[in-house]
Amino acid sequence: MTRRPSALLIGVGVAIVALLASGCALPAARVRPWERAALADEVMNPDGDPLGSALSEHVYFSRAAASGGRGVGGSGCGCN
Amino acid sequence: MVTGNPVPCRMLWAMAFTCALSAAVASGQVKLGASFPALSGKGLTGAVPDTRGRVAIIDFWASWCAPCKASFPVYCEIQRDFLKDGLVVIGVGVDELPSAYAAFVARLKPTFATVHDSRRLMVALVQVPTMPTSYVLDRAGNVRFVHAGFHGEETERELRREVGELLAEKEALR
Repeated sequence: MTRRPSALLIGVGVAIVALLASGCALPAARVRPWERAALADEVMNPDGDPLGSALSEHVYFSRAAASGGRGVGGSGCGCN
Repeated sequence: MVTGNPVPCRMLWAMAFTCALSAAVASGQVKLGASFPALSGKGLTGAVPDTRGRVAIIDFWASWCAPCKASFPVYCEIQRDFLKDGLVVIGVGVDELPSAYAAFVARLKPTFATVHDSRRLMVALVQVPTMPTSYVLDRAGNVRFVHAGFHGEETERELRREVGELLAEKEALR
């Protein structure tokens, strides 16, 4: 015999899930547009040093024989 | 399909409704047609120009925002061209550091008024959607146009048209 959950149980469950989900909608959980000074800093750019990145990429594919393995489609066969 | 069992279906609808309600409550941005909050009494540093009975552009900017830098010369030109007709441009800087604010103003030398919202009370009240954001107010102080971001000539063209329209409207004091 299977018992259906009571309306109270459903209500409590919905309330808990909604409470957790509402955290995603509250602005307090986000970095506001006027608070992005640190994020806009040059050091936050993952490709802040293009020459260094190219050098690193060259070393990587030379040693691992995986040309384009970081950003271009293809396998590690080096044939693309 | 969840229609076979009414309990999960009811739960899903309730969750969706609650999430939508939460998102609606969280969004407190100044809307089109609403009265723009008064700049005075918000702890702004610097002289706040009188906007009563004038068309105003309130621009929120920051020194770390590249489009803000690009927008300053445009606002200078718009202010110059429409000043005699009754336009006032106010730049509200939201930098945390007063030194960053001062250095930006010293470097770009805007001909329009700038004030510093160091405590970020004003920007938090307005809830700007992005940086920069400018609000174009009519003579009664109502928000008539909002520009989220600055897109060069396109934004300049739109601002000039909007300011021209608002200046042509019948003058009404706040």
